Amino acid sequence: MKHPTPKATRHVNQNEGLIFEKSSSGKAAWKLPPLDVPEVDTAKLLGVSERKDLGHLPEVSEIEIIRHFTRLSTWNYAIDLGMYPLGSCTMKYNPRVNEVVVRLEGLANGHPYQPEKISQGALRIMQTLSECLIEITGMDAITLQPAAGAHGELTGLLMVRAHHHAKGNPRKKILIPDSAHGTNPATAAMVGYSVENLKSNERGMVEVSALEAQMNDEVAALMLTNPNTLGVFEQEIHKIAQIMHAKGGLLYMDGANMNALVGKVRPGDFGVDVMHLNLHKTFSTPHGGGGPGSGPVAVKKALEPFLPKPVVVQTADGTLGFEYNRPQSVGRVRSFYGNFGMFVRALAYILANGPDGLRQTTEDAVLNANYIRKGLEGVYDLPYSTPSMHEVVFSDRLQAKNGVKTMDIAKRLIDYGFHPYTTAFPLIVPGALMIEPTESEDKAEMDLFIDAMKSIAQEVEEDPQTVLDAPHTTRVSRLDETAAARKPVLRWRPGVKA
Amino acid sequence: MRYLPKSPADREAMLKAMGARSIDELFAPIPAEYRLNRDLKVPRQMAESEIVDWFRQRSKENGVEYTSFLGAGAYLHYRPVIIDSLISRGEFLTAYTPYQAEISQGTLQAIFEFQTMICELTGMEVANASMYDGSTAAAEAAMMAVRVTGRNSVLVATSLHPEYREVLATYAHHQGMPLATVGYTDVGRVNLKALEPAITPDTACVLIQSPNFFGTVEDVAAIAEIAHRRGTMLVVSIAEAVSLGIVEPPRDADIVAMEAQSFGVPVGFGGPYCGVIATREKFVRQMPGRLAGQTTDRNGKRGFVLTLATREQHIRREKATSNICTNQALVALMVNIFMTVYGKVGLKELATQNLAKTAYAADQFGKHASVLFSGAPRFNELVVRTSEDPYVINSRLLGHKLVGGLPLKKFYPELGNAALWCCTEMTTRSAIDTAVGMLAESEAEQPSGEHAVEEVAR
Repeated sequence: MKHPTPKATRHVNQNEGLIFEKSSSGKAAWKLPPLDVPEVDTAKLLGVSERKDLGHLPEVSEIEIIRHFTRLSTWNYAIDLGMYPLGSCTMKYNPRVNEVVVRLEGLANGHPYQPEKISQGALRIMQTLSECLIEITGMDAITLQPAAGAHGELTGLLMVRAHHHAKGNPRKKILIPDSAHGTNPATAAMVGYSVENLKSNERGMVEVSALEAQMNDEVAALMLTNPNTLGVFEQEIHKIAQIMHAKGGLLYMDGANMNALVGKVRPGDFGVDVMHLNLHKTFSTPHGGGGPGSGPVAVKKALEPFLPKPVVVQTADGTLGFEYNRPQSVGRVRSFYGNFGMFVRALAYILANGPDGLRQTTEDAVLNANYIRKGLEGVYDLPYSTPSMHEVVFSDRLQAKNGVKTMDIAKRLIDYGFHPYTTAFPLIVPGALMIEPTESEDKAEMDLFIDAMKSIAQEVEEDPQTVLDAPHTTRVSRLDETAAARKPVLRWRPGVKA
Repeated sequence: MRYLPKSPADREAMLKAMGARSIDELFAPIPAEYRLNRDLKVPRQMAESEIVDWFRQRSKENGVEYTSFLGAGAYLHYRPVIIDSLISRGEFLTAYTPYQAEISQGTLQAIFEFQTMICELTGMEVANASMYDGSTAAAEAAMMAVRVTGRNSVLVATSLHPEYREVLATYAHHQGMPLATVGYTDVGRVNLKALEPAITPDTACVLIQSPNFFGTVEDVAAIAEIAHRRGTMLVVSIAEAVSLGIVEPPRDADIVAMEAQSFGVPVGFGGPYCGVIATREKFVRQMPGRLAGQTTDRNGKRGFVLTLATREQHIRREKATSNICTNQALVALMVNIFMTVYGKVGLKELATQNLAKTAYAADQFGKHASVLFSGAPRFNELVVRTSEDPYVINSRLLGHKLVGGLPLKKFYPELGNAALWCCTEMTTRSAIDTAVGMLAESEAEQPSGEHAVEEVAR
């Protein structure tokens, strides 16, 4: 590469085939204890239902498995390696104590149907986390059951629908700004609502007059992300809430960007009726390569009767229990009680922070985003000059003149030792570069990032081909996604060598 | 705060660099009247040692050192230690969804291997990268059948996990998806005589579970034959994945919606778990959830990418196959490692041990109580009916650090004093003998009226 980067150095990593390619008959990585009951005749017990053949499951030894997955792991980028500035994803540090406490025996092996008498520890964790999240959001009640953010949206809109239904008319539409996450309209469709788009104004915010014009008694709710996907706080949020409430509508807040608000302002205080949180974003539970997440939904008092069941309650004798008798509940959205392991981790994070730590975290997240904004302003086009909160959105307008797009810059960033930012989102910014550093980055790491982005901008001027051909330093480069989709190969088959 | 990598001087320097006087300036966009000018009322900042102590206390209050006979969708199997060694690697644990394929090949190849092994085990042709859990996978599979067939209603076996049925009802409610049910016979299997007439021209799919909620292995081929004759798809839910080691997979199904928790995922008070949908190649474009596919890079080298994204919400928005965005990647990795450890031979052996323990338990329980549904094969669960209320029996067992079977009264009142007991390779003969002995005592004595009863099933 033309500009050597102080952030990263190429080094050798191991090649590794598919696990099936290492398999051979007779190797094993398991050993079961001797059976302490009589052996059984499986054919007699199962008859025609007996399975004779397990197909091409691998046969390998333990050391091969360790090497296989360790080698694969080294092909991944991760927060543990460096800054992961994916906008909207809040890739913050995942504390290790969280991983320790979730593996404590009573929590790891607790059965969801074990008697409440011996489930008080789990119930207390759920209750304590609920209380903390209610306080953080300024709402009145919460369900922890949804398994992810989009699942939380589904749960929230089910409650919106139940609320309107109880008032005699479920209404027909959900208003969604054009800057919204794709999950918002997809969720509205799943709850049987039609979607009406709300255009953003030139400052990147909801145009209050447009909302006023579009709001009527057919609209069930507005789904708003705040700060929105441009990282901009909806300054007229109180007017927005008023307009919705005046016509009997509800204000739903997508809490994806809650990392900008914790300890500084509470959605419940600015008029939000229902919102979901992403424990895997704001509350540090690991993304794990795409999940598991957890998407609690907090609501105002009026929506409480509609929470999914069961809910955790205090019983007469002071112990905690689950309450199932909830006649107005929207029902169940997941088996058992949700992603309990994520509750443990999120609560451990809150306890490690306390009120002062949570506030400092938010301040640092906003400080970092604005520092990057300042560092790159003028180098990259800033389509909206409205103040940024926890993330900043640039566009590739200046680089596109040389034929270089946001995805090319992103790929080149890999050579500089960084994970790319979010590309091409939000949709209202053509060629978007959406950058969210989170609070977890020190000044030196961000200076390296700013330098890398400046260096790439310079390359775009002097030698755009280098950027267009990036990444140059990875195991594979520019994989053929079109071919992958046209003739999908979604599994390994014996005898087919790559 | 120990997670924050900045000194006060760093913060000062950064503010200065951007020409801001104070941090408050950066929060100016928030209208003053809404700003929080006090501390949040959450517990004070705790030291790491205090956090560990606090959770250790909670763990102690949560049934440590009990031997449990509970299954019912959450199964305690041994977890090989290398699962946690490997998933704790930061490169797996702290990576995002593998959208940037060049620096996510580890996650992507692991998903590709996962998809392959799920196909091999289920007898299906394609499998996705995972869903939230078995209950939502079943609901999403039913919605998928609606899309494929253009029909609207779903016929559900009452022997499908009751909580899966509840989730399906929630999902179906606003989608114009009427639900009908088909019951079970006295051998605990789907009532085939009732099945055929219950299928209407509007039935998109028949949704069953096998082994079903009672642990009974269904006659999938017979059900498929009836469903297909009526132009209806068959969706089979599998809640106990270990059964696939010894029970013939539902090869005649059109969609398999499974819960893979049994494969190395902690019982963990109910989650996170690992749902999966597997199906026929011809239906792949109607399948929800992420998919990894093989391709080549510009130098012709094999690599993997997320593919067929045009089904998904970030592209299709309100026209997507589902709103699902995340999968359960790290949990799917546990499942993947578990399948790799046991492999072709070990999984069969493991499943056979489960079968043997349960057969032994059925024999022993059968000496003192009535073991229902013995006319059809079962895997690792059995339904035991006693003369005494199972809640009372369980209360007594609890005093001896045993958690008895799940009383079924709440879900199946018609079964009376029945409970669902589960035995895995972790269940010792002596635990079975002790439980049977304690149950036998009361069965011999005859129930004696009022007891302090702890509700086990909720």
